[in-house]
Amino acid sequence: MASSAFFLLRPIPYPLSPASYMSATTAMPDAAGRFGPFGGRYVPETLIHALDELSAEYEQAAADPAFHEELEYLYRNYVGRPSPLYFAERLTNQCGGAKIFLKREDLNHTGAHKINNTLGQALLARRMGKRRVIAETGAGQHGVATATACARFGLECVVYMGEEDIRRQRPNVFSMKLLGAEVRPVESGSRTLRDAINEAMRDWMSTVETTHYLLGSVVGPHPFPRIVRDFQAVIGRETRRQCLEQIGRLPEVVVACVGGGSNAAGMFYPFVADGGVKLVGVEAGGKSTKSGEHAATLCYGRPGVLHGSFSYVLQDEDGQTADVHSVSAGLDYPGTGPEHSYWKETGRAEYVSADDREALEAFDALARAEGILPALESSHAVAEAMKQASRRKPEEIIVVCLSGRGDKDAAEIARLRGVEM
Amino acid sequence: MSSIDRLFQSLRASGRKALMPFITAGDPDLDFTAAVLKKLVSAGCPICELGIPYSDPIADGPVIQASYTRALAKQIKLSQILEMLGTTAPALSAPIVTMVSYAIVHRHGVEKYVAEAKASGVAGAIVPDLPVEESGPLMEICRRADFSLIQLITPTTPPDRAKRIAERTTGFIYYVSVAGITGERTTLPQNIVENVSRLREQTELPICIGFGISLPEHVRLLAPIADGLIVGSALVRRMAQVGAKSRETVLEEIGGYVRELLMAIKREKR
Repeated sequence: MASSAFFLLRPIPYPLSPASYMSATTAMPDAAGRFGPFGGRYVPETLIHALDELSAEYEQAAADPAFHEELEYLYRNYVGRPSPLYFAERLTNQCGGAKIFLKREDLNHTGAHKINNTLGQALLARRMGKRRVIAETGAGQHGVATATACARFGLECVVYMGEEDIRRQRPNVFSMKLLGAEVRPVESGSRTLRDAINEAMRDWMSTVETTHYLLGSVVGPHPFPRIVRDFQAVIGRETRRQCLEQIGRLPEVVVACVGGGSNAAGMFYPFVADGGVKLVGVEAGGKSTKSGEHAATLCYGRPGVLHGSFSYVLQDEDGQTADVHSVSAGLDYPGTGPEHSYWKETGRAEYVSADDREALEAFDALARAEGILPALESSHAVAEAMKQASRRKPEEIIVVCLSGRGDKDAAEIARLRGVEM
Repeated sequence: MSSIDRLFQSLRASGRKALMPFITAGDPDLDFTAAVLKKLVSAGCPICELGIPYSDPIADGPVIQASYTRALAKQIKLSQILEMLGTTAPALSAPIVTMVSYAIVHRHGVEKYVAEAKASGVAGAIVPDLPVEESGPLMEICRRADFSLIQLITPTTPPDRAKRIAERTTGFIYYVSVAGITGERTTLPQNIVENVSRLREQTELPICIGFGISLPEHVRLLAPIADGLIVGSALVRRMAQVGAKSRETVLEEIGGYVRELLMAIKREKR
């Protein structure tokens, strides 16, 4: 499929020419997997055939009404979609400004947005006749969602997870095992999400003929950033429709947290053409702005190559990937999706950060005001929404993607606060 | 014509095959790297591959990963590696090829990387995470600098694609013996001979086979069909013994191991 664009001898067009800054378009990526200058495929030759095969299968599936019907059936009856758009009245009153609405992805089956993507890709794996699925996971939400989809379709499932993440997300590790998945601890490097992706890719290098790599975010080589965005775009499509139905208009601001950036990409994408809607991605500010103490790739990084794509990355002057930190395992990642880099460069979305303390305060605020425990990842988005709300007028609307629920984080929060459970 | 082209031309003219050792730069330090390079060349290796440590090497197995991690833990920098090569490579009678991630080349600046590597006496680059679709800009710069850009072909590469890759390769083709990561294997896939023969019909370029090769019987099996054989993890594992053994002992063991493989290659000389 990619053969038409096969041997374009194009240099990486970065920085963009001034003309390409004019506006972001939704007609991305191109045939070579580029979002403007970002994306592409920077992986070993061994994987290229499988990526071509996946691209071709996805094109076919995307044009097949039966594929969409089955996925929509699962979204409705298995995941519990559409997820509600909920007016957080008490949190709004507390902030004293714009109205805050929550897109309740935390109410999905398995407790996060990740299931939207894993069901879609499990259907693709089945279409390709691949009976074995591998995945990486950081917070464990994608691992649980992958294990769930594999159980539902009778696929063998192996999840790679960094040892540090296994320690801080124990409940999810056990859930994956209950669902029949094998969890393989990753002991290399920083023992977090980045190393789990390395290890999953290494597995795929040897098993590529029989195995589907079910990548969990809008990162990695083409076509993953596109496929994952498309499956997650159900979040933004529903939100847009619910805003029109419940409020009678689109919101001023849409906020989502960004690690790899899958919930944000899915939330933002259907709003890209709505110029009046401000899109704000919130990265993990960690402990400080010092290198190694945060994971705010788009805020403090620069374009480079990591995990198969050209995108913003945190690396040293030699191109070695930097260490990162976040209280939230799901945002603890030194790269980000190429489409986010594209939206940043075109000015279509703005990327800010919330630090560990702000995220924990937002967690408490939402818990006390609304009776909702948000995931620590989503708490970063809530923190930014609270900041925005207090400086905006009461007639303005802010929608937050509440990407997951926080039960999985209770033990880690107890540990941070020195509480014995 | 680069020094790699000249090397394979002369090897072919005399019916010889190359043993191409791979070692990691800076494990445990660059003095030892230079000493090992000299040892390998004096033992009879006509070309050497030097791995530039990278933080996220997805094509590498545990042995090379661990060597990269050790080198990076000592804060080794690309500039120091090139500096070591600048004083070592010109005196060697064998071309040096760097195995380097595109993350490093891109960050350093593609043009700058090629210019500096060439100035340090490096003859070419293998960029394992830069498939041919993305290699255009680097290829043009390499061509202008007469710096070989060695591309990889694997068992999962369809034949028509293999032909296109070969057309855009200079120096030699790196044929990856197995769909998988680097590391010693006791047995190699049956289809290597068939795959390499098919590749021969598509290209005149020298073909060197790598991944999994470590034993004299591998060398005896593959030397007849290859222009060169690449041995990496088996050497890197031996180099990792520095500390537990003296540097002199490790150097001698490396020399002995390489001589054993070279004997196996020569015995297969056609």
